[in-house]
Amino acid sequence: MLRYFAQRFIFMIITLLFVSVVIFIVIELPPGDYAERYAYRKLASAGQDVTEQDMINVRHEFGLDKPAPVRYFNWITDIILHGDFGESFLFNVPVRNMIGDRIWLTMALASTAILLTYALAIPIGIFSALYRHSFGDYLATFIGYIGLSLPNFMLALVLLYFSVTVLGSSAGGLFSEEFAEAAWSWPRVVDLLEHLWVPAVVLGTANTAFHLQTMRATMLDELNQLYVDAARARGIPEWKVIFKYPVRIALNPIVSYLGFDLGKLVAGAPVVALVLSLPDAGQLLLQALLQQDMFLGGAILLMISTMIVIGVFISDLMLAALDPRIRLGET
Amino acid sequence: MTATTIPKGKRTAATLPPDEEKLKYFTARQWQLVWWRFRRNRLGLLGAGILIIYIFVLIFAEFLAPYGGTTLDSEYVLGPPQVARFWDENGFSLRPFVYSVTTERDPVTLAMIPTIDNSKRRYLQFFVRTKEYKYWNGNLIASDLHFFGVDEGTIHLFGTDSLGRDILSRTMYATRTSLTLGVVGVLIAFVIGLVMGGMAGYLGGQVDFFIQRLIELIRSVPDIPLFMGLAAALPKEWPPEKVYLMITLILGFLGWTTLARRIRGKLLSLRKEDYVIAAQLAGGSNARIIARHMLPAFTSYIIVDIVVYFPYMILAETALSFVGLGLRPPVISWGVLLQGAQNIQAIELAPWLFIPVIFVVFAVLGFTFLGDGLRDAADPYN
Amino acid sequence: MDIGTEQIDWDTLLEVQDLKVSFKTDEGIILAVNGISFSVQRGQTLGIVGESGSGKSVSTKAIMQLLPRTAVVDKNSSITWHRENGETVEITQLKKGGREMRRIRGGEIGMIFQEPMSSFSPVHTIGNQIIEAVLAHRQVSKQEAREIAIDMLDKVGISNPSVRVDQYSFELSGGMRQRAMIAVTLSMNPSLLIADEPTTSLDVTIQAQILELMNQLREEFNMAVIFITHNLGVIAQVADEVAVMYLGQILERGTAKEIINQPQHPYTQSLLKAIPRLDHLGKRLTAIGGDIPSPLERPGGCPFHTRCEQAISGVCDTQIPTLTPISNTHTVHCFLYE
Repeated sequence: MLRYFAQRFIFMIITLLFVSVVIFIVIELPPGDYAERYAYRKLASAGQDVTEQDMINVRHEFGLDKPAPVRYFNWITDIILHGDFGESFLFNVPVRNMIGDRIWLTMALASTAILLTYALAIPIGIFSALYRHSFGDYLATFIGYIGLSLPNFMLALVLLYFSVTVLGSSAGGLFSEEFAEAAWSWPRVVDLLEHLWVPAVVLGTANTAFHLQTMRATMLDELNQLYVDAARARGIPEWKVIFKYPVRIALNPIVSYLGFDLGKLVAGAPVVALVLSLPDAGQLLLQALLQQDMFLGGAILLMISTMIVIGVFISDLMLAALDPRIRLGET
Repeated sequence: MTATTIPKGKRTAATLPPDEEKLKYFTARQWQLVWWRFRRNRLGLLGAGILIIYIFVLIFAEFLAPYGGTTLDSEYVLGPPQVARFWDENGFSLRPFVYSVTTERDPVTLAMIPTIDNSKRRYLQFFVRTKEYKYWNGNLIASDLHFFGVDEGTIHLFGTDSLGRDILSRTMYATRTSLTLGVVGVLIAFVIGLVMGGMAGYLGGQVDFFIQRLIELIRSVPDIPLFMGLAAALPKEWPPEKVYLMITLILGFLGWTTLARRIRGKLLSLRKEDYVIAAQLAGGSNARIIARHMLPAFTSYIIVDIVVYFPYMILAETALSFVGLGLRPPVISWGVLLQGAQNIQAIELAPWLFIPVIFVVFAVLGFTFLGDGLRDAADPYN
Repeated sequence: MDIGTEQIDWDTLLEVQDLKVSFKTDEGIILAVNGISFSVQRGQTLGIVGESGSGKSVSTKAIMQLLPRTAVVDKNSSITWHRENGETVEITQLKKGGREMRRIRGGEIGMIFQEPMSSFSPVHTIGNQIIEAVLAHRQVSKQEAREIAIDMLDKVGISNPSVRVDQYSFELSGGMRQRAMIAVTLSMNPSLLIADEPTTSLDVTIQAQILELMNQLREEFNMAVIFITHNLGVIAQVADEVAVMYLGQILERGTAKEIINQPQHPYTQSLLKAIPRLDHLGKRLTAIGGDIPSPLERPGGCPFHTRCEQAISGVCDTQIPTLTPISNTHTVHCFLYE
């Protein structure tokens, strides 16, 4: 167990390093560098000509004249040691101040979507497998197919339209007007929860459909396993047989997917944020990327990825706790 | 005990005498068996049917679309879909017709107001000669034959967008762009996946360990944000064709991990099969064993994996282009078409702008159904 | 039909009368078990021999009501269970997962399966599954159940049982797993044990050990056993009585000695010819010609006539042979003896 834990932990650290390198490359990819944009913005907007010397000065000031590995090292140590992600080119403020609460809103959104996914996919998947070829099973399969094939922004638009025309209120945003700029308080949390369900449904639908199919398929496999009949032959009540054995085992793949779920949900966040105008990290990321504000975009990418990598680590540990075959190194 | 060895496709050949029928089953080739099983799967057939229609549209878009992808109709801007009808109060007509419509901008609200002229019928004509188009820059075929059109004026069965472009025509061209992007992207992913997965699965040991870790690394980076990061890094001044190429490459390069994993897993289990070991003991060369014994056993799985991978490509392209980080106009793709419909106002004012979504959904469903059907049929000896 | 009536001095535990089981499939209805009758006496072992597809597993699953939903048991079939206190229960009338059936499952009729690997849940310890079984059938505390579990593991010859009890099935070898499975079943103290090919997937040496263990435990617990196998050689070691099944029918029945030494039915004879024997070294083994007919194309008349070398044309392929007694304990369904 300890060995497994250490293995996964080291792998998590390596992954984080890898991810940070990839993101650093993405940041440096656009033609021209930060210095050029900075110089033009600072100096040209002040009506001055940008000279070659200015550029060299700016480059030196930001350490851009150093080789790439050194630049990466500076960038990452600033982040780790000082929490300094650089300055947003778009807004001229430190990236740290820009992101603030937004990353937590995104995580709250993703967590809600995951809870929703589990709450729907697991019981419906079990039902579908137990009552295979029933009307309910066909209905679940049909809705699952639709959920998988409808782009999530479309679902967002449909829900938005529905809330405007039928409910008479816009489902967009994460807060009501009076709470949008307010400090955190209990009523604000309640207000957030009231708004959270629409984006959570939008984000979670495809994933729910996916897990529903997985759950159903694994359940069908497991129900045919001999140990189920063996348990029945021991005189165990049917519901206990189902829940103690096949359901329990069919949960393993779902748990092992937790990290990737988080990734998929966060990945979908920018698109949904755009349609539902959510003030979260996804929307900021999109804005940053569209404007090629790479420090801001990179910072958000890094934060999101870090959370996903940690999520993968946690789901690995949970899986080991659930499945002795993994815990004891049997594959 | 419940399992039976009776051929599934047997009933369909009921006219043969029993023995001959059995012989036909037992001597049938693998693909024949796959087909027998597949054609019993109604959803799978439906998926195949849908995709055949798409391929038809993909190839003959110029012929099927009444107008070009960028043809403007200033007479009919942001106009609703016109309904082809066979009769009205003025009587029945065997040839379907639409009404003549014009739109005018309301000087106060600035909204476009369509005026339908019920008295003027425009009859649908088939195989009309209108605007000339060229296949592959005119190197192959140049023609002006279109599947349908109207005798005078214009026809917009799906309505028009804010510039007066025909949505039906644009959707057809978008089908070509999005599907070919999917095909190329899947091919790239497939080739990389086959090489990496094949190496990991067949060579094993250190190579396997290294490739496995690499796959895990790539999979722990969130995909869409990374696509977005990479796509955002593409220079703004690049021509659309180059962007198109790069987006395809990005999607393909980042998507190979799933395929590689599946191929590796399948190869590993095949390596332990008795018949492969027997072939090795019989002194077969590696190449021969792979080609003669292992490939036939897993081609069907690979095909299934490729088919189920398309939806992922299509949805990724749609999402990227939708937010403005993927393909850009003047390229016409499903995602680009939907860019014009990003907000609630669009749904209220011009819901027909969303018609392309139906094409996305059906394409995804088509591939999913086909994939599921093939998956069930893929192993006829099971 | 019923042999039990001739052996009234033996205490009958289970009586199966005219059991018919069919399966609904896409291709039509498959008759897996076609009207078989047998009985099991207290403390005795009945061996059921047959090729795969002969319906031997299906008939025992019917006794335990473990058949899949697609299976239909004929209305006129009867499976009667005689409890130790004299009560009789008609199993076919019981609700599938009902209380009464659950009391019989495990507590009165135990079952062990062919694959010891997959008979255990991979994510629960062996002890967990024994304790669950004990608690379901005996009025004991959890602690006591655990002690019973350890005790049973010890009885079936698993070394270091107090450690093994907390291990998972994949940590044990195949033979150990089957021992553990036997421990699970015996911990509920059944009076009949159904063993469905319990040694088929094991190595020959392990097989012998398990058979030995079963024989020993049967005496110790005074259980009756239904032992299903396709291996006549194994049957000779364990069974008192043997029923030979083919295509869902019992073709021949008798004591183990009679079946091995004086087989009457051509099918039994050819089965025996297919077994390698030390006193026949160097001679060719004879295989039975032809294939088992598909269950969808059951031959009319005697089910074996398509492969029988002694088939009488015009008789065997049209009429169904009736039960013919050879001795007090030996019966056969074959026109050669009518």
